[in-house]
Amino acid sequence: MTRSSTLLAATFLAALPILSAQAGAPDTLSVGIPLEPPGLDPTAGAASAIREVTLANIYQGLTRIDAAGTVIPDLAKSWTVSPDGLTYNFALQSGVTFHDGTVFDCSIVKFSYGRAAAPDSINAQKELFEPIAKVDCPSPLAAVITLKRPTSTFLYGMAWGDAVMVAPNSAGGNKAHPIGTGPFTFSRWVPGDRIELVRNPHYWGPAPKLSGVTFRVIADPAAATAALLSGALDAYPDFPAPETVDKFRHDSRFTVDIGTTEGKVILALNNARKPFNDVRVRRALAYAIDRKALIDATYSGLGTPIGSHYTPQDPSYIDLSKTYPYDPAKAKQLLSEAGVGPGLTMTIILPPPSYAQRGGELIAAYLQQVGINAKLESVEWPKWLSQVFTQSAFDATVIEHDEAHDLDIYARPKYYFNYDSPAYKAFYAQYIAATDAATQADLLQKMQRQLATDEPNVFLFAFPKIGIWNAHLRGLWSNAPMPMNDVTGVSWAP
Amino acid sequence: MTGFLLGRLMALVVALIVASIVVFIVLQILPGDPALVILGPDAQPDTLAALRHQLGLDLPVWLRYLRWGGHLLTGDFGRSTAYGTSVSSLILQRMAVTLPLAVMAMILASVLAVPLGVWAASRRGVVDGGIMSVTQIGVAVPDFWLALLLILLFAVHLAWFPAGGFPGWWHGAGASFRALILPTLALALPQAAILARVTRGAMRDVGERDFLRTARAKGMRPSRVLWLHAVPNAMVPVVTLMGLQFSFLLAGTIIIEYVFALPGLGSLLFQAIGQRDLVVVQDLILLFAAVVIVINVLVDIVTATIDPRRARGEG
Repeated sequence: MTRSSTLLAATFLAALPILSAQAGAPDTLSVGIPLEPPGLDPTAGAASAIREVTLANIYQGLTRIDAAGTVIPDLAKSWTVSPDGLTYNFALQSGVTFHDGTVFDCSIVKFSYGRAAAPDSINAQKELFEPIAKVDCPSPLAAVITLKRPTSTFLYGMAWGDAVMVAPNSAGGNKAHPIGTGPFTFSRWVPGDRIELVRNPHYWGPAPKLSGVTFRVIADPAAATAALLSGALDAYPDFPAPETVDKFRHDSRFTVDIGTTEGKVILALNNARKPFNDVRVRRALAYAIDRKALIDATYSGLGTPIGSHYTPQDPSYIDLSKTYPYDPAKAKQLLSEAGVGPGLTMTIILPPPSYAQRGGELIAAYLQQVGINAKLESVEWPKWLSQVFTQSAFDATVIEHDEAHDLDIYARPKYYFNYDSPAYKAFYAQYIAATDAATQADLLQKMQRQLATDEPNVFLFAFPKIGIWNAHLRGLWSNAPMPMNDVTGVSWAP
Repeated sequence: MTGFLLGRLMALVVALIVASIVVFIVLQILPGDPALVILGPDAQPDTLAALRHQLGLDLPVWLRYLRWGGHLLTGDFGRSTAYGTSVSSLILQRMAVTLPLAVMAMILASVLAVPLGVWAASRRGVVDGGIMSVTQIGVAVPDFWLALLLILLFAVHLAWFPAGGFPGWWHGAGASFRALILPTLALALPQAAILARVTRGAMRDVGERDFLRTARAKGMRPSRVLWLHAVPNAMVPVVTLMGLQFSFLLAGTIIIEYVFALPGLGSLLFQAIGQRDLVVVQDLILLFAAVVIVINVLVDIVTATIDPRRARGEG
């Protein structure tokens, strides 16, 4: 052994006895997230990861969503809606300032919504603001919003990350240095590694129990598991490795909390292409796939089968998952009725996530059993967006839609799977215009049933939210009624 | 030798210009619209158009290339669409992870491999056979698999090292150094195995040559023969391979940084491609290409110094 290698070995040995750092002091929290956000401005990008760090923690809207998915007051402490559903009178919270000291009042509301709806706006959910006719400020702490037409989803939409309050002097820099009104202020972003937040000493509401929160980006399932086990992470609310959940279930140091997200995994079909324009063929595909086995194989049994584009935590949900039970014989019969003989060839396009890759393999095997030859083509995400989403150049694809309550996509004049049902569009228009809860609930159920009947896509399962965290932690959410990690109510048990 | 150096430098500049054009064109052909990736499926056409204009994507291709190239020449690497910050600051930040990682792995691989190779070459029988078997395993093991194994053993079970992540040098060099030890091992061990085998082979080749027999016949001590004559002569293929390996190491960091959740250049590239953060991808690939090209030139110069016949185009 040479002298230099002896030295090196000595250095290694000297480093060994140091124990791995435990995560933080008892009033801080380190949270794992699977993807790094592309910027920290939820009004300038669609990525869920932006909301998972910033929504409720850094930024706030007029309304917000609680853990049950209900719309509750936030920067608007109360509101009244006119009987015709056109005028919303908001009473705003007093004593609210942005992290840079800017005062929050009605002018901020006017600015934020005006910016999002402007012609040169780059807000990913511009249509949320399209119904707004005008914002008036009778006094600094009162905002009157007039709509062009009744929009039953308006208050819910204003709780989205895309509708948070931003200030004129800081909005342009929020991507790299976010300034909001929330209980935590942005402290540091180490690109590729972590984002650090600290308690906002000037917060208008009850002070958070945590003095600081660190979001650490750990994408690799094995690395995420190791980080939790070694104590480098306190919590991973959206854990990416379903196959290792059992390991944590048998470990008393951890809480395992399985909830639901808004993610709906579907086998989307191009309704404008033969033979998928025939409802019998679409139903045949639905009968050909065993959802339960699919969930077991792709997500360790942790998802919930669905029969429509709606998840069990959504308002007025009805369970339609038994509409097309697994029945290969029935599938074959429907295919022959539709004039599709054995040997039909189709291509299923698969984006990168494991649910799609694994799910695609299994779906192809199921389709093989009913005489359909499914070829698989893996693409990366940008290509999926341009080929499938923008150009509709596809037969079928396995995809998760994670936008909350997105029944509207089936009513759009043009959407990538080309579903076109006048009946459904009528239901949706009535639902948006409805001003009373009973009518809204009835129409929500009518829409779910219509989708199950027409089966424009094969609805597979609702994506689980696998939460794993230190057993001493309190206040993390079981479900994700929106893509977010609200840590404002989190604390350590004494 | 001066002519040889000038020729090498000219080739370097031409290679860089060609690389920049190739990188740019490939990224234009790559399907996917950065604006659509940022704004997602629900974005309205006019919103997408507004963002494309903001990002300068509505300009003709040749103009965008000239802008990018022109800015590069003035030291301006452009802005990342994902981070909203300058690419040069991103690269500098992440260089602080990747460079120490690659250099430490290279040093560790060399320090382990060269003595082992020399030792194996100078012994027959059990020692040689043992070293060869161990290195055979080392060659066969993929580095990501070794990385997972190291994490399981040293981070999860023994809790000696962190399982991943990087505190940053400002949090104390000690903690950051410790965060790089397992990734360094994962990168270095497979490389060391290959290097040891090549060193042994080169030493055996040299060992058969006449000038060593002459030196031994003159009564020189075996250890002097070994270190003064045999080792320097055997170093030409070894240094050449080290140069090649450094390029492989850079590619290896992409996987290793992903597994260890390290914020280095490799994971930045990986992520920038997925997000179509085009300027970042262009800059990084060009940087990697530049490193590989420069290393190749350095290897040429070093081997030419060891063995002057190479500079004269002989041997």
